[in-house]
Amino acid sequence: MLVHSRRTRRALQAAFLALFLPVFALPFLVVVTASLATRWSGVLPSGATLDHYRAVAHADALDALTTSVLTAVTASVLALVTGTWAALAARGSRLRRAIEVLFVLPVAVPSVVVGLSLLVAFSKPPFLLNGTSTIVVLAHAVLVTAFAHQSVTAALDRLDPAYEQAAASLGASPLRVLVRVKVPLLLPSLSAAAGLCFALSMGELSATMMLYPPDWVPLPVKVFAATDRGALFPGAALAVLLMATTLLVLLAVSRIRTKAAHR
Amino acid sequence: MSTGIRFDGVTVTYGRTTVLDSFDLTVEPGEVMALLGPSGSGKTTALRALAGFVEPAAGRVHIGDRDVTALPPHRRGVGMVVQQYALFPHMKVDANVAFGLKARKAPRAEITARVAEALEMTGMAAYAKRYPRELSGGQQQRVAIARALAIRPGVLLLDEPLSALDARLRSGMLAELARLHRELPDITMLYVTHDQVEALTLADRIAVMDSARLQDCGTPRDLYRRPRTEFTASFIGTANLLPVTVTADGVRLAGTALDVPAGGAAVGAPATLCVRPHLVGLGEGPNALRGTVAEVQWRGATHRLCVDVEGHRVTADLPELPAPPPAGAEVTLHFAAHDAVLLPAGTHG
Repeated sequence: MLVHSRRTRRALQAAFLALFLPVFALPFLVVVTASLATRWSGVLPSGATLDHYRAVAHADALDALTTSVLTAVTASVLALVTGTWAALAARGSRLRRAIEVLFVLPVAVPSVVVGLSLLVAFSKPPFLLNGTSTIVVLAHAVLVTAFAHQSVTAALDRLDPAYEQAAASLGASPLRVLVRVKVPLLLPSLSAAAGLCFALSMGELSATMMLYPPDWVPLPVKVFAATDRGALFPGAALAVLLMATTLLVLLAVSRIRTKAAHR
Repeated sequence: MSTGIRFDGVTVTYGRTTVLDSFDLTVEPGEVMALLGPSGSGKTTALRALAGFVEPAAGRVHIGDRDVTALPPHRRGVGMVVQQYALFPHMKVDANVAFGLKARKAPRAEITARVAEALEMTGMAAYAKRYPRELSGGQQQRVAIARALAIRPGVLLLDEPLSALDARLRSGMLAELARLHRELPDITMLYVTHDQVEALTLADRIAVMDSARLQDCGTPRDLYRRPRTEFTASFIGTANLLPVTVTADGVRLAGTALDVPAGGAAVGAPATLCVRPHLVGLGEGPNALRGTVAEVQWRGATHRLCVDVEGHRVTADLPELPAPPPAGAEVTLHFAAHDAVLLPAGTHG
């Protein structure tokens, strides 16, 4: 703690809460409240109801949720494998910086550009992916790989080379060193990266809008469609569904991480 | 099954810095060789070149009769123990020790037997089901040694294995390592250290390193009694190093003629006279050195006298004196000719 006086510390904490809580928490509170509101014309909604949840709790919304989760899981796995592979391969290589830039590029441009470029690239044989779920997953993977790559690179930099050297001197092949020593030691970072990738993918909209086929509609698209046609409260209910699912998965992932870190 | 080690002109460079310069060293099968030197002397680099973690720019490395220079580390069959233990934190003690055997695809029954044997040998059998973080530093180092021994390596490399332990633990582990080597006389050990006590206690021979080069190599007794360079003389034990000039019948320290055989050195050549402080006596005798007491230190069993002789500081460690001379007193020191060694001048690193 930088501040030793108890009163000053309290004051600083209060200031922090007063300044940042509204910015981060209030919007979500509004969404949750809206999803439960009958009408909302004054400062507070006039009544509470579960009608919006009943309205969205049909197969359509649940399909969208499943689509989102499947997309996010697949994209995260792809991103982790690619990002980790690249991070491992680029170690000590002069290509390291180039690879880093390459992965960050999709994050640096608007994601509609990523969607558009994928659309252009994969709309003609032999790479005809336009109108498939694959292109949506691909777009998400491209968008989140940077985060997986960066977090694994940072973790590898911190990893003491003594571990892999000890393993090698004991006769372990590079593959065995990777599977039995490096990956377990990187597990906390890998799971953190997985959580981040999953969350980013769950909320992705702009690139998805350009690419999604009618049989692969992720939940954010549904939320957007609902609010776009003025159905704000059912849209809020869908958004709450999305948030709750993401939070649940993140909690599960962080449990794995705590277990891995405490071993 | 004994395996020797041979370095043949091994040179290692990082960019433009040469960290190991045409290093030649042969370690006999079953021998304990200490690589002794200050940090940055190239001793760890030599060990890493042998283990396969650095690639020599020139020269060859042999283990037994195999040239291993181009082999990856996992094909070299050397056990290694490092300062920071490097136990796998996600595995229990027994899994750590079994790691090398599993990598070698040993049969399950053999793994169990050898893990038990290695843990028994290092006194860690009771801790098989603990995680490394539940052990003290000394215990972790024992497990690291057990892990390296479990694969029954022909060569065991130890890189400052005791440096992370406190002084009391260190002397215990030193005795333990000596015992292990008596029980496993076939294992060739290369022991990197900056601590002369460890090297003198454990090693059959010591290779003294400084400035990326091998300075001297010999048995501990040989290096202590007959060092070949000023660096060795001052690095192993303490030494009085006095600049002298070779004369026709001995050497001369400024105005004092000394009766020390100069070997084949040319008359008039500069040389360095090396005498150990405990071999210097107080009072008249052969090779008398007259000077002024600068300092007297009482060290329990001994008195250390620092005397200025002809502008040079001479240290004498004497059995406790009933009446030590006070600072400023004129005294005479002496030493026997056979206790002195004449070294080439300017060989200090």
